[in-house]
Amino acid sequence: MAEAQNIPAGSTTTGSIAVAAESTVATRMSAPPSYDVADFPVPHGREEEWRFTPLARLKGLHDGTAVGDGGILVTVEAPADVTQETVDRDDPRVGKAGTPVDRVAAQAYTSFEKAHVVTVPKDTQLTEPIRIGVQGQGGTAFGHQVIELGAFAEAVVVIDHTGDATLAANVDYLLGDGAKLTVVSVQDWDDTAVHVGQHNALIGRDASFKSVVVTFGGDLVRLHPRVAYAAPGGEAELYGLYFTEAGQHQEHRLMVDHSVPNCRSHVTYKGALQGDDAHAVWIGDVLIQASATGTDTYELNRNLVLTDGARVDSVPNLEIETGEIVGAGHASATGRFDDEQLFYLMARGIPAEEARRLVVRGFFAELIQQIGLPDVEERLMRKIEAELEAAAA
Amino acid sequence: MATLEIHDLHVSVEAENGPREILKGVDLTVKQGETHAIMGPNGSGKSTLAYSLAGHPKYTITGGTVTLDGEDVLEMSVDERARAGVFLAMQYPVEVPGVSVSNFLRTSATAVRGEAPKLRLWVKEVKEAMERLQMDPAFAERNVNEGFSGGEKKRHEILQLELLKPKIAILDETDSGLDVDALRTVSEGVNRVRESGEVGTLLITHYTRILRYIKPDQVHVFAAGRIVESGGAELADKLEAEGYEEYTKGGATL
Repeated sequence: MAEAQNIPAGSTTTGSIAVAAESTVATRMSAPPSYDVADFPVPHGREEEWRFTPLARLKGLHDGTAVGDGGILVTVEAPADVTQETVDRDDPRVGKAGTPVDRVAAQAYTSFEKAHVVTVPKDTQLTEPIRIGVQGQGGTAFGHQVIELGAFAEAVVVIDHTGDATLAANVDYLLGDGAKLTVVSVQDWDDTAVHVGQHNALIGRDASFKSVVVTFGGDLVRLHPRVAYAAPGGEAELYGLYFTEAGQHQEHRLMVDHSVPNCRSHVTYKGALQGDDAHAVWIGDVLIQASATGTDTYELNRNLVLTDGARVDSVPNLEIETGEIVGAGHASATGRFDDEQLFYLMARGIPAEEARRLVVRGFFAELIQQIGLPDVEERLMRKIEAELEAAAA
Repeated sequence: MATLEIHDLHVSVEAENGPREILKGVDLTVKQGETHAIMGPNGSGKSTLAYSLAGHPKYTITGGTVTLDGEDVLEMSVDERARAGVFLAMQYPVEVPGVSVSNFLRTSATAVRGEAPKLRLWVKEVKEAMERLQMDPAFAERNVNEGFSGGEKKRHEILQLELLKPKIAILDETDSGLDVDALRTVSEGVNRVRESGEVGTLLITHYTRILRYIKPDQVHVFAAGRIVESGGAELADKLEAEGYEEYTKGGATL
């Protein structure tokens, strides 16, 4: 991969994707962030932040007609050192990591009944992951999850979404000074599910946040992974993997807000698409504020289109308000697995389906290795194989 | 003994104004252990013959037969042909991002041999084959053909030839774009495979240069979609001296 490079805001990237150079990170949202759903007008679909999303498939999450009826089963497996609480929205930890940036995130914030808080005490290094299962039971739900790490705590959290649901839920990650958090969020929904959420990370001094977002299922999945730094020296690595099938809409809208000095961020999202009307959207916003000297950031999006009829919108956006930085760059490219590649592999005896599998596995391998949990890695590889086999059948 | 028999082969491609016939009745028999050079001017259909034998979907067979030991090659899919023992070293091998050379070679060898090679023996086999072709071991971890130079691509093709041990090897302008050192290395690789006596080689080339390193048993001149003259190695000397002019007179080329 290319080393970080200085690219002025609004420049075009290499690759085949058009960059929305006309909008900036600061101006692209149609309303300022707010916890109150009433502060956001109902979107009509032409707003910058909604223009890729099929509103009709949101099942009313965006216009106030969706009614929460429970229908989600949440299970938590956590080591003994971890505390769990159920709290009201006036708890100071709830919403501290970030403010909702669009109407559905605000709807989730306005509508959830109780927030769930998981805390890893300071100086505690967990040897086993915390596993949160979010199992859809066919209903509509609003939720809020907080994961808090005290200073110098270390933890791995897996959030696993399965089943069928219409879910608007936000997640806050609060990292104390020197804390290290790895979060794997798996969206392995049934093909009917709708899932919208904002994931906010607030990173303490010298803390490290690593996020792996894996989206396979759902009729519509729209996530906002967002990172902010509370103090200098923080580091964020954001990895994402999506496999978008016929008819699915999978949208990942990232924002890294560099507001303090000497922080790092690195983003790599990769997606494979196959089938008619498979639609993946990747928005990568990075803002380097004037105060954020010494910033080092790079973001990358790669897409692999396996069949005709799929569509990718990839929009990296880098806004730089200071020249006193270590590096800033972005890249976006979308490639096709084409007939010539298939011919080459088949001419070496490799059957067509296996050739496709070889290419997709290779494409995702570096990301899957980032997870670091063998059971999750194996499950994802199996999932990829199953998706490929289903498409071949 | 493996025998590839091509009889009255006609092949067309889709052109803007409908199908265009490129091969107009090719007859050729290649036996295991033999080396046939196919020489001809640009546009005579040499590469079309190579890709048609490998089964490239761009080419439509409109007549004739191709058999390998009596089996109908034209009925086989591309991967079946490879597993049956037909190998095409391509003139322009494509990049396959995300797939490392080592993973690719092992997957291919597993498919062609019908079982996964034993890992320890395989690693040794690949390492030695790469050394013989003067390929840097770091090559194995690079993605297939990605960022390879022209010479590296050709060495990689011959590496596959050595590892897959086909019955029939078709080398499509393997010599083009190589400097003399690379040409010698690649030719030595081809000769090692030939010396086994187990491969029939179809060497497609525009130039006589490679025939200094790889001695053919027969030379065929290809023009306007057919073999127009066949002979021994001395025919190559004649082409070296006189060129293809004699065969292209009268607008016979495509």
